[in-house]
Amino acid sequence: MNLSLDFSFYNWDLISNFVLKGLYFSLMLTLVATMGGVIFGTVLALMRLSGKKWLDVPATIYVNGMRSIPLVMVILWFFLLVPAIIGRPIGAEVSAVITFIAFEAAYFSEIMRAGIQSVPRGQVYAGQALGMTYGQNMKLVVLPQAFRNMLPVLLTQTIILFQDTSLVYAIGAYDMLKGFEVAGKNFGRPIEAYLAAAALYFVMCYALSWMVKRLHQKIAIIR
Amino acid sequence: MSWDWQVFCEDTLERQVVQGCFGKGGDITYLDWMLSAWGWTVSVALLALVLALVLGSFIGTVRTLQGRPVVVWLGNAWVELFRNIPLLVQIFLWYHVVPTMFPAMQAVPGFVLVVFALGFFTSARIAEQVRSGIQALPRGQRYAGLAMGFTTFQTYRYVLLPMAFRIIIPPLTSETMNIFKNSSVAFAVSVAELTMFAMQAQEETSRGIEVYLAVTACYIVSAFAINRIMAFIEKRARVPGLIVAGGSGGH
Repeated sequence: MNLSLDFSFYNWDLISNFVLKGLYFSLMLTLVATMGGVIFGTVLALMRLSGKKWLDVPATIYVNGMRSIPLVMVILWFFLLVPAIIGRPIGAEVSAVITFIAFEAAYFSEIMRAGIQSVPRGQVYAGQALGMTYGQNMKLVVLPQAFRNMLPVLLTQTIILFQDTSLVYAIGAYDMLKGFEVAGKNFGRPIEAYLAAAALYFVMCYALSWMVKRLHQKIAIIR
Repeated sequence: MSWDWQVFCEDTLERQVVQGCFGKGGDITYLDWMLSAWGWTVSVALLALVLALVLGSFIGTVRTLQGRPVVVWLGNAWVELFRNIPLLVQIFLWYHVVPTMFPAMQAVPGFVLVVFALGFFTSARIAEQVRSGIQALPRGQRYAGLAMGFTTFQTYRYVLLPMAFRIIIPPLTSETMNIFKNSSVAFAVSVAELTMFAMQAQEETSRGIEVYLAVTACYIVSAFAINRIMAFIEKRARVPGLIVAGGSGGH
């Protein structure tokens, strides 16, 4: 093994100049895409469960379409199409945010659908028997229970989403991986940069998935 | 907006439309290029799948061994390690870091390194499914095997694994489709697969929409084909009278 690693070039200046900027974007992208994905995913799930064909069919096509294409291709598609549609160029970062919301909506909608279906039918009937409208029934009875049932899966998907943000590499957006890569190139130490990036991703994702596991156990006891 | 599908019949060097759309005498058209890129995608994905199935089955199995805490811990560590680092970072590690650390790996072509990266990444996920498949079986199955006088190996070989693998065919199907999708990340280290083709052909021809549509269609056709093949395997492997994967119905 031929190894002479030198991590001494990692000082606070470098971290704040290169890595933190990227880390901030990665986290922001994860957060925005999770929130947007949950909102649009819920809409898609409700469309698929509505029992009305004109709502169900388009939502199904959208979800299955998104799920059968690689994320990298979706990123490239949006980077090509969005400027063409709105008629002016947009930055890679804005394009990434739009892409991830649209892409994650498809995945979150599947989670939401399973969550909604996990609520016993009797709950829906009970709500209807109390004279609730569809909206009230969803908002007050079904969705709160569905959210709790699927919280662990939802958070696991968010961890996957955080890992997937590294794929904005394809359009050159400045995320955490890019920050490490630029730092490594500037200081002629790419090997250490990649290793440090892998370590940081690992620590963050491992800590998050450990917390999800704990949460899962807690919820399981309550039920 | 107007379509221009002729772009696929163009020569990649002189950008002249070639009769019959396939290049002759060493020249290639964009259609030739795309089909070869599709071939690379399929090769990367299938080779990585073989690696992932072998490694993942082994690691998933040893994670369920009883009375072997060290082996179980190592299996769990493997899964956590490869599951918590993004695939793109793992590909960079294999492509840039491993050859520097182990000079013997410098002669290995990038294509093989990507297969390793994708295979190891997916092995962690398959290991997790194999483990949950084995643990989904009633505990009595293992005891019955041991009571018959089987060794641990025989219990796994003849009792547990045949049932566990039938249970996990549906998640394995989606993992197989994932491996095809994930092979697109190989673009980052210049493997000439579909996504790489999409990026380069889009740049050269500026007919991005046509190129992306064709590449997207290739991916969808691949995904559909896997889905059908796995459904066929599931049907062939089914044990009559035995409903495994949490099926509705049953007694």
